[in-house]
Amino acid sequence: MLSFIARRIMLGALTTWVISIIAFLVILLPPGDFVDAYIAQLSGLGQYVSLETAANLREQYGTDQPFHVQYIKWIRRVAHGDFGQSLEFGVPVADVIGDRLWLTMVVSLGAIALTWGLALPIGIYSAVHQYSFGDYFFTFIGFIGLAIPNFLLALILMYIGFKYFDASIGGLFSPEYQLEPWTWEKIWDLIKHLPMPVIILGMAGTAQLIRIMRANLLDELRKPYVVTARAKGLTETRVILKYPVRAALNPFASTIGYLLPFVVSGSIIISVVMSLPTVGPILLRALVAQDVYLAGTIILMLGTLTVIGTIISDLLLMWIDPRIRLEQR
Amino acid sequence: MDTMISPDAPVADPIAGLPEPEGSETEERIAVATQWQLMSMRFRKHRLAMASLIIVILFYLIAIFANFLAYADPFKTEAYRSLMPPQKVILWDDDGFNPHVLAVEGARDPVSFKRIYKTDPDHKIPLRLFAHGYEYKFLGLFRTDRHLIGVADDAGVTAEESIFLMGTDLLGRDLFSRLMRATRISLSVGLVGVALSMFLGVLLGGISGLYGGVIDITIQRLIEITRSIPTIPLWMGLAAAMPRDWSVVKIYFAITLIISLIGWTDLARVVRGRFLSLRNEDFVLAAELAGAGQLRIIFRHMVPSFLSHIIAAMTLALPAMIISETALSFLGLGLRPPAISWGVLLQDAQNIQTMANTPWLLLVAVPVIIVILAFNFLGDGLRDAADPYG
Repeated sequence: MLSFIARRIMLGALTTWVISIIAFLVILLPPGDFVDAYIAQLSGLGQYVSLETAANLREQYGTDQPFHVQYIKWIRRVAHGDFGQSLEFGVPVADVIGDRLWLTMVVSLGAIALTWGLALPIGIYSAVHQYSFGDYFFTFIGFIGLAIPNFLLALILMYIGFKYFDASIGGLFSPEYQLEPWTWEKIWDLIKHLPMPVIILGMAGTAQLIRIMRANLLDELRKPYVVTARAKGLTETRVILKYPVRAALNPFASTIGYLLPFVVSGSIIISVVMSLPTVGPILLRALVAQDVYLAGTIILMLGTLTVIGTIISDLLLMWIDPRIRLEQR
Repeated sequence: MDTMISPDAPVADPIAGLPEPEGSETEERIAVATQWQLMSMRFRKHRLAMASLIIVILFYLIAIFANFLAYADPFKTEAYRSLMPPQKVILWDDDGFNPHVLAVEGARDPVSFKRIYKTDPDHKIPLRLFAHGYEYKFLGLFRTDRHLIGVADDAGVTAEESIFLMGTDLLGRDLFSRLMRATRISLSVGLVGVALSMFLGVLLGGISGLYGGVIDITIQRLIEITRSIPTIPLWMGLAAAMPRDWSVVKIYFAITLIISLIGWTDLARVVRGRFLSLRNEDFVLAAELAGAGQLRIIFRHMVPSFLSHIIAAMTLALPAMIISETALSFLGLGLRPPAISWGVLLQDAQNIQTMANTPWLLLVAVPVIIVILAFNFLGDGLRDAADPYG
């Protein structure tokens, strides 16, 4: 048990490390270095940078050194909470990201909650009422959900909302709350704006999980112990919910580990389309403007949060399913 | 963690099951059929997959004959034809069958300064099949200017000036013709991407399943790590790092490489699983005892028995690749103009203002959705058929 947790955490740390290298690669890959870009930006503003300052900056950031030296320097600074300056905004990266990071998490977790909340009952219904109208209906909806990339879904829903309901779907806050400090009214406003992005984001995952749940439960329902339970006169609800659903839940739960990276990825792109104040639009802007420290930090943070989420979900899974607990002992 | 089931683990769907043998004749036919015959019999039972196969073939035909199907030069810009709405094709008039379109005149609205277009009901422009249009190279073999449709030679106008089946974009380029060319690029990105991830997947999955031990564990961890990285931010980062001055072709291959970086994990899992289960089969042991070399065992005995699974897995991986390219280009990080892909076209329909004023730009979403649905159904059908003895 403990060794399993230790292994998971080790693997998580390894993943985070790989992600940090990738994030750093993203910082380094564009031609020219950070200081070049910084100088170009300052001279664009009419400010002059002396050669000495440039040399000092290069010294400070170590941009003339080989890859691994630069990486170690960077990761050391990150470990101390110094993510560097955003080129475009001229303020520390942490200030630019601010609330956006946890708003991203709120939207992603909301989508996962919705995915679970919908996929579980619908999956059970579809399996128990195989080939019924409802089953076909949900299968159809599920395929649509799987097939339409979520940014297209967002575009189409925004168009429908605009055309037929005269409402603009987008953003997470009403204009009057946008710049306000946090109050209960603002939180309520956020809750009112959440459903649309959450539904769009959760659609594909829900469709996938419904299919998995349906298939698993169908396999279970054909097993002899279900017949036995029925023969013993258990009520139909009990026959289904007590054992087959629990057994079918295992692979269902194990997919949550893959669900999180999937949802976080999706949230980036639909945030751009729906102009949500999450890290998505900022990341896109940073990448296009080659605001390297901002982009690298966001990729690193998203990756790390995903890894933590995956570990938590694996632990949850172990708690749900005794077979996995035993296997890992 | 081998109890993990990937999100797209095989989903048994008994709809596609073999028919109950009715008479002895059918029974006999099944008994003597080869594996591939059984598979195709089973696949043909799957109506939706058959229909999807036809749709997919049609789309690839569009990709091959894109220039022939387009009627206007997809790169020709003209400010006077900016953002024209789609146009009606009138097939019949008073004289019987006479397909034509009505001439359109543009003017600027004096109040809103938007361009508005009026049709002139008296000025008919007749349409012809196999008409002359812009010049292109047919299948890369010979130059021609014939297109499936176009205006009659004596109409006095060119196709660019008169036919707008799906309207035009901001720069006055014909959307239908651009869509034809985009289909070619978007569909081929998927193929190249799948080929690349197939290569990686089969190689690494095969090594992993064949040798086991430390190599297996390392590759499995590699797959797990790759899968737990959120893909879009990663792609965005890599795509944004591409130098701006790269040529279209270079970017095209870089993009396919980037999207196949993730795609290979699924295929590697499938291949590894197959290798593991086949390694202990009797026929492999028999081949070994008969003195067959390792390569011969792999390619002569093992690969044929899971080739069908790989084909199914590839078909299911294709739509994901197509979506990835579309998404990246849509964000402005993938293919860039002058390249034309679905994502590049959709970029024009990115905000609510354009959608409100020029909803036809969103029409590009229709083929994207159809192709992705078709590939999903096709892959599902293939997966069910891949195991004819199951």
